Amino acid sequence: MSGIFTVFRKELEDYFSSTRFLIIFALIAMVGVIIASMVGMTLQEETRGMTKPTLIFLMLFTSTGKLFSFVQFIGFFGPLIGIILGFDAINRERVSRTLSKLVSQPIFRDSIINGKFLAGVTTIAMMLVAIVLIISGLGIWLVGVVPGAEEIWRLVIYLIASLLYVSFWLGISILFSVIFRSTSTSALASLAIWIFFSFFVSLGAGVLADAIAPVNQQNVGADPAMIIKHEEVLRVTSSFSPMTLYSDATTTILNPMSKTTRGLILMGPMERLSISRFQNPLPLLQSLFIVAPHLISLIAITFLCFGICYAVFMRQEVRTV
Amino acid sequence: MEGQLIIEAEELTKVYPSQTAVDRLTLKVQEGEVFGFLGPNGAGKTTTLLMFLGLTEPTSGKVRVCGLDPARDPIQVKRQVGYLPENVGFYDDMDARQNVQYVARLNRIPDDVSSKRIDELLNAVGLYDEAHKKVGAYSKGMRQRLGIAEVLIKEPRLIFLDEPTIGLDPDGTNRMLDLIRSLSHEKKMTIFFSSHLLDQVQRVSDRVGIMIKGKLVATGHIQELAKEKLGVDKERYTLEELYMKYFKEA
Repeated sequence: MSGIFTVFRKELEDYFSSTRFLIIFALIAMVGVIIASMVGMTLQEETRGMTKPTLIFLMLFTSTGKLFSFVQFIGFFGPLIGIILGFDAINRERVSRTLSKLVSQPIFRDSIINGKFLAGVTTIAMMLVAIVLIISGLGIWLVGVVPGAEEIWRLVIYLIASLLYVSFWLGISILFSVIFRSTSTSALASLAIWIFFSFFVSLGAGVLADAIAPVNQQNVGADPAMIIKHEEVLRVTSSFSPMTLYSDATTTILNPMSKTTRGLILMGPMERLSISRFQNPLPLLQSLFIVAPHLISLIAITFLCFGICYAVFMRQEVRTV
Repeated sequence: MEGQLIIEAEELTKVYPSQTAVDRLTLKVQEGEVFGFLGPNGAGKTTTLLMFLGLTEPTSGKVRVCGLDPARDPIQVKRQVGYLPENVGFYDDMDARQNVQYVARLNRIPDDVSSKRIDELLNAVGLYDEAHKKVGAYSKGMRQRLGIAEVLIKEPRLIFLDEPTIGLDPDGTNRMLDLIRSLSHEKKMTIFFSSHLLDQVQRVSDRVGIMIKGKLVATGHIQELAKEKLGVDKERYTLEELYMKYFKEA
């Protein structure tokens, strides 16, 4: 245990004193502040002279304002945070020849990788919490509403999901830093995976759906079964991407009005009925039930990724270390 | 020098997919000795050291270091054994003191104990005045001496030095050899060091082992080996002649 803690402490010190941490933090803090003030002012204008809608506080994070919402921003750039923090975790030590020194100390070998991963996760958590607090503070000041208990809980769940999501990318980049000896190769490999999941999976899902169940402009509405099949293929394929998992989960958890993660076409008749009948926001527990599969999948892929990384690292010959 | 055996290796073999790095090595080293491990580059010296430390598993054969099996109790072995790898690396953006302190923490030495010990060690290796410089600015010789300080922080019974003088200028080499000698005489540590530089080995070691192409071809006191290989009549001998003789035979 003490080995892990020592490595963890040193890595954390490294992160907080590193330039890259400052740069990412400045970047997302800046974007966060801009988004919050932009959205805050829009909300302020729109709700002037009327009763504030319920859960308006969460709209600070979800409404898109003029550009994009904070949630979308983290969905897209969150992976970059993970990659930047982890891409050289192991091979930097290999290049500087400190790894062979580390493994010859009386610590278990896994303390090294566990300590590094934990330090990365802690850094990410601190970063995310700080930014959410900045936005909340600005929001309270601009919109003038104080969050209720339920909103705070929803934010906490959102933070946990984001932490898992960014940690998944941290795991991916640490894995590449174990596999590749050069830091630039591991950075490029992680970026390639990021681009693949953010662009190509959704593109590929579209292509696959068109191939299996072709729907074009002419026969829209002609064959409902075909359209449903098209949508289903699209949905299943794109849920292979952690981005989709994350954005589905977070938009549902932060927007209590959304009662399903499915698109309108795929809803069953009962779901549609309930949406038209009940216009009230969903209770927290129900929102949580809807996103539970997504959250569990996020946990699973994060652990899987770290597990692979751990196994590869433990099996490597020291000669190559 | 009679004493307890600190390293016992029997028929120790390490086979890599492409070659046999160490071939049936049998070796005994006593506590308190300075053992010079000679051999050309690629003879399997580093692989042997890694097996002694439990950093790589032998393909076959037995080894005991400090009475323990390094493959089974690597942590216990590493607690008592210090290892200075060839061309040791440091965290270049930290100063000497921080580097040593990290190693001390990894060895579970409390900070209040280690801070005093670090001062003494940096003094002993002649880096006390430069302790607050970033290690990135250190010369090769200073880095090597800092490596020794890091090895000594855990107060080991046995230290492995892998090519400790490689790349050092004559002054740096002398300081390193003096340091090895004083560790052996004053602290009574067992020192096992590998090198391909013969005159240096001759200057500090009690006994030597010569390893060529994965095989240990000779072990013993330098004089004894000289007597055996070069004939008694020869008054002046160098380890170089001895070594070349073994090298040609292999």
